[in-house]
Amino acid sequence: MAAGDRVQATTRSETDWQVVLTKAPRIFGKIVTYVILAIGAAIFALPFLWMVSTSVKPEYLVYQIPIVWIPPELDFSHFVSGWKILPFLAFYRNTIFLTVVNIIGLVLSSSLVAFGFARIRFVGRDWIFLVLLATMMLPGQITLIPLYVFWAKLGAVNSFWPLIVPQWLANAYNVFLLRQFFMTISPELDDAARIDGAGWSKIYSRIVMPQAKPALGVVAIQAFAWNWNSFLGPLIYLNEPRKFTIAIGLSLFETQQSENMGETMAMSLVALVPVLIMFFVAQRYFIQGIVISGVKG
Amino acid sequence: MVDLTAKRKSVPKSRGWHLSPRARDNIAGYLFIMPFLVHFVGMIALAMVFSLGISMLKTDLLTGYEFVGVENYAKMLKDPLFWKALRVTAYYTFALVPLGTILALSIALLLNQEVAALGFWRSVYYLPSVVAGVAVAILWQWMLNPRFGLLNQGLAFLGIKGPRWLYSESWAVPGFIIMGLWGAGGSMLLYLAGLQGIPTPLYEAAEIDGANGWQKFWKITIPMLTPTIYFNLLMNIIGSFQVFTQSYIMTGGGPNNATLTMVLYLYRKAFEHLRFGYASALAWALFFIILIFTMFVVKSSESWVYYEGALT
Repeated sequence: MAAGDRVQATTRSETDWQVVLTKAPRIFGKIVTYVILAIGAAIFALPFLWMVSTSVKPEYLVYQIPIVWIPPELDFSHFVSGWKILPFLAFYRNTIFLTVVNIIGLVLSSSLVAFGFARIRFVGRDWIFLVLLATMMLPGQITLIPLYVFWAKLGAVNSFWPLIVPQWLANAYNVFLLRQFFMTISPELDDAARIDGAGWSKIYSRIVMPQAKPALGVVAIQAFAWNWNSFLGPLIYLNEPRKFTIAIGLSLFETQQSENMGETMAMSLVALVPVLIMFFVAQRYFIQGIVISGVKG
Repeated sequence: MVDLTAKRKSVPKSRGWHLSPRARDNIAGYLFIMPFLVHFVGMIALAMVFSLGISMLKTDLLTGYEFVGVENYAKMLKDPLFWKALRVTAYYTFALVPLGTILALSIALLLNQEVAALGFWRSVYYLPSVVAGVAVAILWQWMLNPRFGLLNQGLAFLGIKGPRWLYSESWAVPGFIIMGLWGAGGSMLLYLAGLQGIPTPLYEAAEIDGANGWQKFWKITIPMLTPTIYFNLLMNIIGSFQVFTQSYIMTGGGPNNATLTMVLYLYRKAFEHLRFGYASALAWALFFIILIFTMFVVKSSESWVYYEGALT
């Protein structure tokens, strides 16, 4: 425990054997900590490993008891056959398109709104900000049906519009997160720029945005994970397989192929891979995001 | 500010009208927050009004509608499936949220003990919470398979005969809860950040006063962590009440509606049975149920959340 160091610091004057005695429980404690951590980590990681293992073993080993973790030969046929059953390439293309468009929209719109709240003093600002915070508590199910009616009237059901437009109109949670971050950027540079005649749009694009890259990264990465995993929206609005995202494509696949676990796991893995890669590449942003949003909340 | 007006005076007025800096800021401010205003007015406020209206109609949105007043709400109170869905969702939430809090807090406490390779441990515990969605639901359907599933094979290894999980009325929701616990990593990160934010002088002062580890934990760590616990409780209660993907993918609400959650029931009423009025009434019921529980947590927080002046 962190406190252990401090205990030691106060007993530095004691003789060696006393130090050994005080250290013994500490070392024992450390060992216990690592053992628990390792068991826990194994439990948390096993489902992933099992998923990979199931997807790369021949069918006859999938239902083997006890589990054959490492198959004698790798068999990638599940990936090949699964990929052909449904238009996974189209699912992938649609999901990438939606994810990219929505990341751009969400970062742009949320940062504009957050900048307004963080930097500009205008009539009613604090009240509107309270409204924004209140909308974060609102369950999306309330607006689900009226919005569906709205898009149906516009003839936009079975198109990507209902999945894109809301994200180009800012999201309360991201506005809040960015606003908190913008507040920490010193306004001194703004003032200097204003003296030089810069308007708010220049301060936004030239001063605040460049300094806010870490927070923008957080919003982008969360938007990525959210859009990639998003299920209820695409499920409601898209009804033609060629327009499906990977999430509903996979759900369709599962209802058709649930008998073949090897293929199902292979395609689930295919759906997860981009998120996994993003996690390892941009882990820093994932972790920062959760910390910014939580501790300051 | 003086400088600004001085500057502006030297600029020749190109337009016939003049705006004070304050008026300009008002306009600029509203322009910047315009996306949110459009979103709020168009897709939240108006939609809520419509939602209330639709909840008083009997409509499939195709063949017309009929005004029925509060009949949908009255029907809901007598609908055994509504109560079933409420019970299932409440069971899931009030088991998962406390268990998840304890698990996340325990992992965070372990990781806060100056362990080597912190980044590695953190990733392993955090990763499952990032990959939520259909693929994970499918993975857990396989995990919870009574015969071949990893969970029951693990239990068999320990000499325990595992239950039938998703095929059993009494074990399906516990299966969901175990899956939910697997995603405790997000909360864990928050607790870890909270723990790292506790100023060390507090512990040093306590040691001088002769406090032992147990006392330090209950008198310093937990009180200093209450704002984080509070935030997590709120977010997790709100999130758990809206559970959908698991029951849609893994069980379809079965067996015998044992995993029929509120949102799944709402989805079915609206998009499978085309009873949009009734589904809107369900949405409002869900909203008020969540509101009641969050208000309860908010109210109670006054007595147990400790805010140190500096921690905002």
